Amino acid sequence: MKVFKISPAELDTMIEQWNKVHVVYAPAMEKQAAASPDCAPGWCRVDGSAALTLLPLLTGPTLASVKPFFFPQPETLLTYTLENTRPDKGMMREPERSKDMQVVLGVRPCDARSVLLNNLPYQEDQFFQANRQRTALVGFICDQTLSTCFCSRMGGSPLDNEGLDLALSRAEDGFIVEVCSEKGEALVTGLELAPAPEGDISALAARRNAGGNPSATELDSLKGSELGTLYDAAMWQSLGEACINCGACTFICPTCYCFDIQDEVVRGQGRRIRYWDSCMFPLYSLHTSGHNPRGQKVQRTRNRFLHKLKYFPDRFGPFSCVGCGRCVKDCPVNIDIREVMDDLMHLTAVE
Amino acid sequence: MISYMPYPVRIDDIVVETEDGNQKSFKLVFENEAHTKAWKHVAGQFAMLSLAGQGEIPIGIASSPTEEDHLLFTVNRAGKVTTALHQMTIGDRMGVRGPLGKGFPVDTEMKGKNIVIIAGGFAVTTLRATLISLLARRSDYGKITFIYGARTPGMLLYRDELQQWAQRGDIDLHVTIDREAPGWDGLVGFVPTIAGQVAPSPENSVALICGPPIMIKFTMPPLEAIGWTDDQVYLSLENRMKCGEGVCCHCNVGPTLVCKDGPVFTRRQVKKLPIEY
Ligand SMILES: Cc1cc2nc3c(=O)[nH]c(=O)nc-3n(C[C@H](O)[C@H](O)[C@H](O)COP(=O)(O)OP(=O)(O)OC[C@H]3O[C@@H](n4cnc5c(N)ncnc54)[C@H](O)[C@@H]3O)c2cc1C
Ligand code: SF4
Ligand code: SF4
Ligand code: FES
Repeated sequence: MKVFKISPAELDTMIEQWNKVHVVYAPAMEKQAAASPDCAPGWCRVDGSAALTLLPLLTGPTLASVKPFFFPQPETLLTYTLENTRPDKGMMREPERSKDMQVVLGVRPCDARSVLLNNLPYQEDQFFQANRQRTALVGFICDQTLSTCFCSRMGGSPLDNEGLDLALSRAEDGFIVEVCSEKGEALVTGLELAPAPEGDISALAARRNAGGNPSATELDSLKGSELGTLYDAAMWQSLGEACINCGACTFICPTCYCFDIQDEVVRGQGRRIRYWDSCMFPLYSLHTSGHNPRGQKVQRTRNRFLHKLKYFPDRFGPFSCVGCGRCVKDCPVNIDIREVMDDLMHLTAVE
Repeated sequence: MISYMPYPVRIDDIVVETEDGNQKSFKLVFENEAHTKAWKHVAGQFAMLSLAGQGEIPIGIASSPTEEDHLLFTVNRAGKVTTALHQMTIGDRMGVRGPLGKGFPVDTEMKGKNIVIIAGGFAVTTLRATLISLLARRSDYGKITFIYGARTPGMLLYRDELQQWAQRGDIDLHVTIDREAPGWDGLVGFVPTIAGQVAPSPENSVALICGPPIMIKFTMPPLEAIGWTDDQVYLSLENRMKCGEGVCCHCNVGPTLVCKDGPVFTRRQVKKLPIEY
């Protein structure tokens, strides 16, 4: 792996260079979160100097996760016309899709990992894969963690560069830049960057070593436990009563990936779109007959947690949660997935 | 790669199947010869029927793979898309995406066995596909028992074919209706009762059961009483679906995705699942 060292001014120059050929995004600060018309909430387009504005972001997760770059709201799956005069009326066409490379700055290690996890169910999904190909993640290794962060517990680490294309970490008077992929390599090609001094590289390695081995977690005992033990637990009752099924936790979650598909027709021009859905909503599972297999709130709350902590790992191996803590921060009734995990662990220990 | 793009098809024929007009069969042909050749399904699989401006719905494939030049779907008018489909006419264009899911094990576990097919109401669709598949290679299977029930004679699907099957000597056919009806001289009684009377032997046998949950519930005890086990019984589950490809999560029953792991499951598999279907 190539490792460079750059000054804040050089980072500005890099971003300027990328901006000439790619579309560059950065996390929005609290105040501007909803105020950028040309990109997803929580993100903004970068123009001009960015390095210094990005600095406060070395702590804790960004406002919004990177989910919208891979899973845009909405994604057009196909288009058609319904105009009567058109001979191709009703014929489905491939949608026009942007091939522009997008560079996302300030990505957290937890969010980078979420893309790798979502890639498991989306392995064969043409749209997700195309978005992956055209998105480069330029991440910041976390200087500090927040009280809501628990990436290490989920098998990640605040110092991880897994899933990032370029990983920046703070060093004295500048940043260390780790080139982690071919996409990352392409981003630094043509820029004359100085190799990182040996001392900085070993200091970063020492920080990582001190963090211990994150891949094995005490939670793994959940994976081997019987579904029935977890499913029938009494705890769901009280959790389901507290949860108001607002769905906030699922929308802000980087690893919630379910979607709905609908047809949308505006003035005779139609498209089939997919957009984020939430298993917290009763409509999600409602049959046309009126029968609803998860008609009760408690069933839906249980489904969200068990999907992350049991169903997904049963199918793919890892848990479907990166420990970013967004759902912990934003739940209006203070439901905390860490407590849910503790309770489940307790159950399996008793078992 | 999953593209979500349906094959273009044309409606070649429409048959109103039931007296209430709510069930129609749609015979679809591919617009493009290459797609006819590319399409390969197994009885028990389903497909997404796609209507521009309306959406997509999962429907079991009622035609057998041996009926090579067309696809058949029998659709109950229920909500938005099914109602729009019922309003379409011969010659209209639409789309089909699939085939999706896992079908019945006609080429594996069912080979060389006696086959018992039990159907209630309009869940008979994929079992029609199965029966026709079996008949195309009749000598690969032992005795075939087909038990099918509907509310009234007029609610039976595929009535012409039922008559043809009754005339063949190689199917043990039992068609029943719920209550006595004028002009009906066949069996009368609910499917579970008839299944209990027919009492098909479990020896070297496989049963495929599709129908309303209540029918399945009451059909099992008489079969279990004569020795049928959960591994011999195949069921087909339904859940709300969107992608049909195991991505969108809509159809999950616990860890299982009906669209990808099913819709066909053994009864043993179904019993292990939470009752979220
Ligand atoms: C594997 C499978 C096979 C099926 N086979 C048949 C068949 O052969 N014949 C038949 O008539 N019906 C069949 N159904 C049921 C059929 O899919 C629903 O009746 C249909 O989706 C209703 O759509 P709608 O737009 O008319 O109703 P609306 O209620 O207006 O539907 C809105 C949307 O909800 C979803 N939806 C609602 N109910 C269901 C449901 N029970 N199953 C799946 N998705 C649902 C669909 O995405 C639909 O687009 C099958 C369902 C599944 C899962
Ligand atoms: S479940 Fe909560 S903590 Fe885990 S990834 Fe989703 S938002 Fe983050
Ligand atoms: S944010 Fe909290 S209240 Fe809202 S659906 Fe999630 S767990 Fe329930
Ligand atoms: S319908 Fe999308 S996962 Fe089954």
